[in-house]
Amino acid sequence: MKNLDFDWKPLALVPLLALAVLPFIGSGSTWLTLTVAGLAMGMIIFIIASGLTLVFGLMDVLNFGHGVFIALGAFVATSVLGGMADWTGSQELWRNFVAVLPAMVVAMLVAGAVGLAFERFLVRPVYGQHLKQILITVGGAIIGEELIKVVWGPEQIPLPLPEAMRGSLFIGDAAISKYRLIAVAVGLLVFGVLAWTLGRTKIGLLIRAGVQDREMVESLGYRIKRLFVGVFVVGSALAGLGGVMWGLFQQNVVPQMGAQVNVLIFIVIIIGGLGSTGGALIGALLVGLTANYTGFLVPKAALFSNIALMVAVLLWRPQGFFPVTNR
Amino acid sequence: MLTRLLSNDFPRSRVLAVLLLAVLLGLAFAPFVFPGVKALNVAAKVLVFVVLVASFDLLLGYTGIVSFAHTMFFGIGAYGVAIASTSMGPTWSALGVGLLVSLAVSFLLALTIGLFSLRVRAIFFAMITLAVATAFLTLASQLSDFTGGDDGLTFKVPALLSPAFEFAEEPFLGVSLDGRLLCYYLLFVVALVLVLALLRIVNSPFGRVLQAIRENEFRAEAIGYRVVVYRTTSSILSALFATLAGAMLALWLRYNGPDTSLSFEIMLDVLLIVVIGGMGTIYGAAIGSALFLVAQSYLQDLLKFGSEAAAGLPWMAALLSPDRWLLWLGVLYVLSVYYFPTGVVGRLRAAANPKAASH
Repeated sequence: MKNLDFDWKPLALVPLLALAVLPFIGSGSTWLTLTVAGLAMGMIIFIIASGLTLVFGLMDVLNFGHGVFIALGAFVATSVLGGMADWTGSQELWRNFVAVLPAMVVAMLVAGAVGLAFERFLVRPVYGQHLKQILITVGGAIIGEELIKVVWGPEQIPLPLPEAMRGSLFIGDAAISKYRLIAVAVGLLVFGVLAWTLGRTKIGLLIRAGVQDREMVESLGYRIKRLFVGVFVVGSALAGLGGVMWGLFQQNVVPQMGAQVNVLIFIVIIIGGLGSTGGALIGALLVGLTANYTGFLVPKAALFSNIALMVAVLLWRPQGFFPVTNR
Repeated sequence: MLTRLLSNDFPRSRVLAVLLLAVLLGLAFAPFVFPGVKALNVAAKVLVFVVLVASFDLLLGYTGIVSFAHTMFFGIGAYGVAIASTSMGPTWSALGVGLLVSLAVSFLLALTIGLFSLRVRAIFFAMITLAVATAFLTLASQLSDFTGGDDGLTFKVPALLSPAFEFAEEPFLGVSLDGRLLCYYLLFVVALVLVLALLRIVNSPFGRVLQAIRENEFRAEAIGYRVVVYRTTSSILSALFATLAGAMLALWLRYNGPDTSLSFEIMLDVLLIVVIGGMGTIYGAAIGSALFLVAQSYLQDLLKFGSEAAAGLPWMAALLSPDRWLLWLGVLYVLSVYYFPTGVVGRLRAAANPKAASH
């Protein structure tokens, strides 16, 4: 049983961190607000990072162009939501969901389709060559960002939250914004589906086996290559979904957003251990919490909190929390 | 004499030798041959980039390390000169202090990144350097009291190097003999010396070990070389040369800001130039920089022409807009990684010596 030797230490870091900063913040309700906000932000970061941990960790493709799919998803969402102003402007929550849902689906479809082309034309010739992968995907990122500028223009575009998703709920004195709750739900859904697919289905079994010993699985008659293309497409589609969530969180999108979030998601998947969905989730939650706590306690240091966190984690576990492979 | 100067690493291709000589002579006589302010600025930028790209090639081409923090060291050099000149006035001692301090900072940073990244997997290095460089860029824009924030710092250089200083009344061959010209030739000499020094480094026994590590890290370690030490030394050396290139840039522009020396676009340019010129050849940096910067400076004019010609087709016009020049460079870059992996220098050498090509 896999669960018997589950490594609980990284998981324990999340509540430990939250409890450790409590005395510094003082007020309990402020702490609750910050903690919930941090966890929710972590969930959004997890959604944007989840695709990359598949591509990086399972396929061993150093994709520096992943941010393009995030930006693409966000821009597609601006177009879809822009065309559904009646539904986003409604005060009824269910109508808002009806607007956001197709935006997410279309963003995932477009990002997945572009991911398929990206894999075919850029990544496929350079499997196994890490240096070239970095160079090629950086080139792909430049082209993608410029093409987004051609289609949507180089300017920042607003992506307002639908009416009923704005504002906050109150638990005592602690304010919790509604959108963050939605983000937590979507993040948990993504995590659940990924963990279930990878851990409990035959496709997940084949992917994990293919990562361990590709030739063995191929000799059993399974087409690992096709399976891995599928992993790349799913990774890109998840990036598109993450782009929608991130764009709605920021409430505006810029063509450069892909390059901006690259750093954040790299930190998350390094901390988590490449390829581990659970590691990425814990890494993202820690990043979200530290960002919110330092933003409150020492705003000037907020930017470096991520890097300090990464350094600390890597000094403890150089391979990240849950290393999937020994590459 | 020439053997010693070039560290016994000759161009090994007649065409390449001619090209290199053309670049060298072109840069040496640029103020007299290519009139106009824009041309001289392009020539000075080529001088800076030759050093910057050659220093990056030491890391990427010779040691096989992908770093995205190279512009950070470039920026440190530029900020060192800018900050010292702003706070101490336009003196030579300010330049000296700025240079020394920035070299020391670069040394310590490169050492820290190098030693730290040794503990993690090799492929993490690229990502970690990207994160560090981004943090540094934001830091530079935030510390506005010190760095001038997003506006940057405009400063004066010693009188001898400023345009106001004229050492001859009469212009010579239509070029006024002023401090600007002296500054250009100072950069020229510094760039030449630094590139020859880099050539010396990569052709030393040390450089050979770096190449061995690039080819097969495991074997190099097995032979008895401490890969860790060599990698760290290589990244420190490369950082120091990049710092000097940054100081050259600041001296020429008499200005420095985050976009001028730290932006990620410069990092992309450097990557592009290394690939186009040829990885693992210091000469590639010279050829690549000259080609790239001239193209970059005049490509936008060409695209403007193209987009006006395609005005009838809105999509085509949008693709050919001068603002989209980076798109075309990106396409060029991807194509050159695929079909031109050894770059200009590698191709020319292979053409000149077909047997030795598959070394």
